[in-house]
Amino acid sequence: MEKGYRRKRGTRQIPDDEVITLENVTKSYSTGAPALNGVSLHIKKGEFVFIVGDSGSGKSTLIKLLLRELVPTDGEITVLGYNLRKIKHSKIPKFRRNLGIVFQDFRLLKDRNVYENVAFAQRIVQTPTREIKRNVPSILATVNLAGKYKNKINQLSGGEQQRVALARALVNKPTILLADEPTGNLDPNNSWEIMKLMEQINENGTTVIVVTHNREIVNAMKKRVITMKKGVIIEDEEEGMYIDED
Amino acid sequence: MRISSFFYTIGQGFKNLGRNKWYTLASIATISACLFLFGLFYSIITNFENVVKTAEEGVSVTVFFNEGTSEEQILAVKSDLEQRAEVREIVYVSADDAWEDFKEEYLGEYADGFTENPLADSANLQIYLNDVSLQGALVTYIESIDVVREVNRSEVTANTLSGLNVLIAYISAGIIIILLLVSIFLISNTVTMGIAVRKDEINIMKYIGATDFFVRAPFVVEGIIIGIIGSIIPLVIIYFVYTNAIAYVVSRFTMLSTLLNFLPVSIVYNKLVPISLAIGIGIGFFGSFTTVRKHLHV
Ligand SMILES: Nc1ncnc2c1ncn2[C@@H]1O[C@H](COP(=O)(O)OP(=O)(O)OP(=O)(O)O)[C@@H](O)[C@H]1O
Ligand SMILES: [Mg+2]
Repeated sequence: MEKGYRRKRGTRQIPDDEVITLENVTKSYSTGAPALNGVSLHIKKGEFVFIVGDSGSGKSTLIKLLLRELVPTDGEITVLGYNLRKIKHSKIPKFRRNLGIVFQDFRLLKDRNVYENVAFAQRIVQTPTREIKRNVPSILATVNLAGKYKNKINQLSGGEQQRVALARALVNKPTILLADEPTGNLDPNNSWEIMKLMEQINENGTTVIVVTHNREIVNAMKKRVITMKKGVIIEDEEEGMYIDED
Repeated sequence: MRISSFFYTIGQGFKNLGRNKWYTLASIATISACLFLFGLFYSIITNFENVVKTAEEGVSVTVFFNEGTSEEQILAVKSDLEQRAEVREIVYVSADDAWEDFKEEYLGEYADGFTENPLADSANLQIYLNDVSLQGALVTYIESIDVVREVNRSEVTANTLSGLNVLIAYISAGIIIILLLVSIFLISNTVTMGIAVRKDEINIMKYIGATDFFVRAPFVVEGIIIGIIGSIIPLVIIYFVYTNAIAYVVSRFTMLSTLLNFLPVSIVYNKLVPISLAIGIGIGFFGSFTTVRKHLHV
């Protein structure tokens, strides 16, 4: 990454292998209490992290800050060496090309087929057509959709749609995969399939951050678990568990 | 930009046209209607201007001289007048020429009875002007020359023609400006609709890391295509209307057609095609570019 990656931040220097750094980050919307309140967080390259917590505890807000969809009210966020509070508008596209993003509601283009939805991501970053034709079938095979590349989106099950979204997020080979409740609309079998795929992607070196309410999966996978409540991190453990409230 | 991205952007521009068909059709129809009116108007104006110009070229001032003025004196006046900017051409008609013309026109063989030129003092200068509006000033000047006996002019025609020219210029400018504003407004509506319909897509594009340019370009391409189609349709229609109308007028009103000298369609189209295309592409580009900028906040 760029030089700024090693820049000093207060007294602490960001280590080489740290891809996400939050220092005392606060995010207030125009109304109500802050959605995030003085959050500090460090994530290393290649980690798999679950973020759990009550509804309204600030998980989506955190994801949006990492995407630079939102700007923090206070504190510093550094992702892959980019200071997201200071980043220039014109640099944002370049920054986002390092991220893969998956949402609960899939957000696919319904008027196009599976192949076109994945190729779309490559078009946007101006990959040559020759490479698109090679990359898209290969990533569709990874998510077990090789046979359905011609299907329209509304001819797919929810699980299949989320796998298309995952393929689209991965085709540009992101350094970090961000998923906000990727299994929120899926049944247990499909949820497991998506989680297993993300684990596989993580094993190939991609840093994966998953927001989820799926207690069973979190407890079974034995990954780092960050628990949030009312805008603060109340628990952050390796091989953590989805702890019960109160 | 890569070649493949360039073609992708162009392709997306075309696909956008189909994604909101009705608005596309509405914009094309309006631009076409505006440019049709413009083209029709332009054809009529250029023909009218041609008629005016032909008429102007015929407008002349005839100067007669006092009895006994020598040819040298007349030629001196001629070369003096030729220095003036508004003078296009001066024809010297000697007394003998005048008599020859007269004989030919009115007397025929009866002319043999005359041994002397009865029009001895009718030598004159016929002055043709560059700019008929300056005729008054010229006449005043000529009347002040002492050897001049009389100046014949066609003041009414000259004033009417120059007045008409100014009027035509104002009316054309006014109509064209109104048509342009209407078209820009409509294109901008089409693009706004397109953006609303494709809000999710634009959102996804931004998450994936599309540059502002890449998000905007297809909409601008869409606007330009609408502009091009919207200018070609009226050009084709006017072509047929124009050629058929001329053929009809010429065959039905033979007398009129000798009076009015219609311009061939190729001469009119020499300028109308580039102007129409430029206007069409211009409003397509301008309308979509400004609208995208306003609505995307990318
Ligand atoms: N755009 C907004 N404007 C105002 N307040 C907001 C906005 N988005 C979120 N909030 C508030 O911020 C707090 C955190 O919201 P956030 O969406 O981050 O929660 P969450 O942990 O993702 O919840 P869930 O599990 O239900 O998705 C909530 O109190 C919410 O009402
Ligand atoms: Mg949420």
